[in-house]
Amino acid sequence: MIDERFDAIVVGAGPSGNAAAYTLATKGLKVLQIERGEYSGSKNVQGAILYADALEKIIPDFRDDAPLERHVTEQRIWMMDDSSHTGMHYRSDDFNEEKPNRYTILRAQFDKWFSARVKQAGAIVLCETTVTELVKDIHGRVIGVRTDRSGDTIKADVVILAEGVNGLVGQRSDLRPEVAPDSVALAVKEMHFLPRETVEARFNLTGNEGVVIEAMGTITKGMTGTAFLYTNEESISVGIGCIVSDFVDSDITPYALLEAFKNHPSIKPLLAGSECKEYAAHLIPEGGYKAIPQLVGDGWIIVGDAGQFVNAVHREGSNLAMTTGRIAAETVVWLHRLRNPMTKENLSEYTRRLSETFVMKDLKKYRGIPALLHGNKGNFFGLYPKLISQAMQTWFRVDGIDKVSKEKEIFRSFRSARTLLGMMGDAFKLVRAWR
Amino acid sequence: MHIVVCIKQVPDSAQIRVHPVYNTIMRQGVPTIINPYDLFALEEALRLRDRLGGEVTVLTMGPPTAAESLRKTLTFGADRAVLLTDRYFAGSDTLATSFALASALGKIAADFGKPDIIFTGKQTIDGDTAQVGPGIAKRLAYNQLTYVSRIVETDLDAGEIIVERRAEGGIQLLKTKFPVLITMLEATNEMRRGSIENALLAARAEVVTWNATDIGIEDLTKCGLRGSPTIVKKVFAPTARSEKAQIIQAEGGPTGLAEALICEIFQRAPGVESDLYEFAASN
Repeated sequence: MIDERFDAIVVGAGPSGNAAAYTLATKGLKVLQIERGEYSGSKNVQGAILYADALEKIIPDFRDDAPLERHVTEQRIWMMDDSSHTGMHYRSDDFNEEKPNRYTILRAQFDKWFSARVKQAGAIVLCETTVTELVKDIHGRVIGVRTDRSGDTIKADVVILAEGVNGLVGQRSDLRPEVAPDSVALAVKEMHFLPRETVEARFNLTGNEGVVIEAMGTITKGMTGTAFLYTNEESISVGIGCIVSDFVDSDITPYALLEAFKNHPSIKPLLAGSECKEYAAHLIPEGGYKAIPQLVGDGWIIVGDAGQFVNAVHREGSNLAMTTGRIAAETVVWLHRLRNPMTKENLSEYTRRLSETFVMKDLKKYRGIPALLHGNKGNFFGLYPKLISQAMQTWFRVDGIDKVSKEKEIFRSFRSARTLLGMMGDAFKLVRAWR
Repeated sequence: MHIVVCIKQVPDSAQIRVHPVYNTIMRQGVPTIINPYDLFALEEALRLRDRLGGEVTVLTMGPPTAAESLRKTLTFGADRAVLLTDRYFAGSDTLATSFALASALGKIAADFGKPDIIFTGKQTIDGDTAQVGPGIAKRLAYNQLTYVSRIVETDLDAGEIIVERRAEGGIQLLKTKFPVLITMLEATNEMRRGSIENALLAARAEVVTWNATDIGIEDLTKCGLRGSPTIVKKVFAPTARSEKAQIIQAEGGPTGLAEALICEIFQRAPGVESDLYEFAASN
């Protein structure tokens, strides 16, 4: 019989769950965190880029001992067709600052570190334990959880669901709908070992500088998706992801897509001589603002991926996860101190606070983008990359043809592929969705 | 009844690699696990306790991080965990390890009651010697039952235990008196999943931590590298097998195929044919 009662139970030990549990525990609340993996990080997958700001607001001195790989000093954005890429590179020495803004990380190690901090803060962390259901009282109020271990209900004033994209607990308890195949991406990634010196020489890096490449184009074979390549200390993370419903329709397997990306002439030399040490796959919620489920109820709050908090356009997720985890925890602490019950009405302060942060503002700004890209995937992920690539080649190839003719050829290639009206429509829609 | 289970935290050997150039074991980043054989010992101990009452204490020697493995045994339902850790123990071979563990078991006996049974796994997956268990038994003058596949009966009043022991060519039924050290065979039981109560207790429990002085070791030359006569002269990775599988094809259905197969064997191992004739003639 478990007589004790917790102030809060956090389901899941990813970035959102750890942020929530840490914040609650440091404020003196009695916290139980339950994780199904062997340890925090054992089942967590991300590219992965850590955005310092979100973590700094939780653990200001995290740079002292967190396992960070490289700080990002160069961003490359590539538009790719089958044989080329058209790139935009931004590199700045300003990113070599005392407190860098973005880092590459290995999640298994990073999450383990974060979890150790959660334990130090005083939370009880139970691993290898899966929450199977939320327990409600006769009024429908959530009062605790049951797990896959034998024994009683564990009771708490509030349950914070940080269970990730495929959150089965919330789904089973009808708190959130099943994720729709067209609002979730499936990403596959590999970690390739390369000696430190090779990584640095290959990407023009000094010390702990790092490069991030984000790519889109024909590499996703007409499906809505993007690919990436990140430099770690002595490895490279490379991956690709597309919307699940596109995978279903296309019959292309994710690993075949990744294999093709790795063999693209622009990528292959970057990985040459490396040894694949790890492979992983993960779902990414990409439905954006419109896919956000109800976030609070009597005795429960949803944070992180479970709440669809991912900015697909800017490839941000873990920072939204940590921020929602932190704000949910702060809301709970605030109510706890006022001795106010964790009712739906009181907890809705969380959504109000969120709406004032970049999380909701950004997701709202881009609310039209997912549907736009998905609805025009043939153009955005096939036609336009090809046209841009052709135009570049025509422009740069010196072959005795005069420049006026070249300009005309480029213009003609665009016109014959897509009507002027169609193109203007796409541009207009993109601008409107962006604003 | 007081039962002590000795476990070891080992690198997950499935994930270990040998450095291609230096031939050293690359331990860095390799996750650690409880020696899988020890889990059978632990489960057997928990079952005995559940049936007969008493306590299960788990003991390990290792670096401070071995506390995580101990905590896991508490999740399974062990009552107490003791970590023996000291830099003087670093580099221990089986002789020095059994010395340190036997000393710790002396303090366990003094503090928590004399163990009636000490369990270990049949061997570890990193050392593979199967020497530490018997070493402890010898040092503590416990009866020893190695390679036990089943505990048949325990008679507390008579202070007797009957077990099945796997031996070459059969199973021995052995009876002995407490106190006894048992090394448990693999696949003899299935590890339980601890209840949520156990898991909560384990998450909060303090692991009892002792160093060499705590367990009363005065002669440090018997510990660690200094107390270990074993010397690792060389480490090398086994060379990959070069011979390839051969596909044998023949016509004439199963009979023809069998014929071809036998011919191939006789051709490759000429002694087999004459041995078979001899065997047939003698029968």
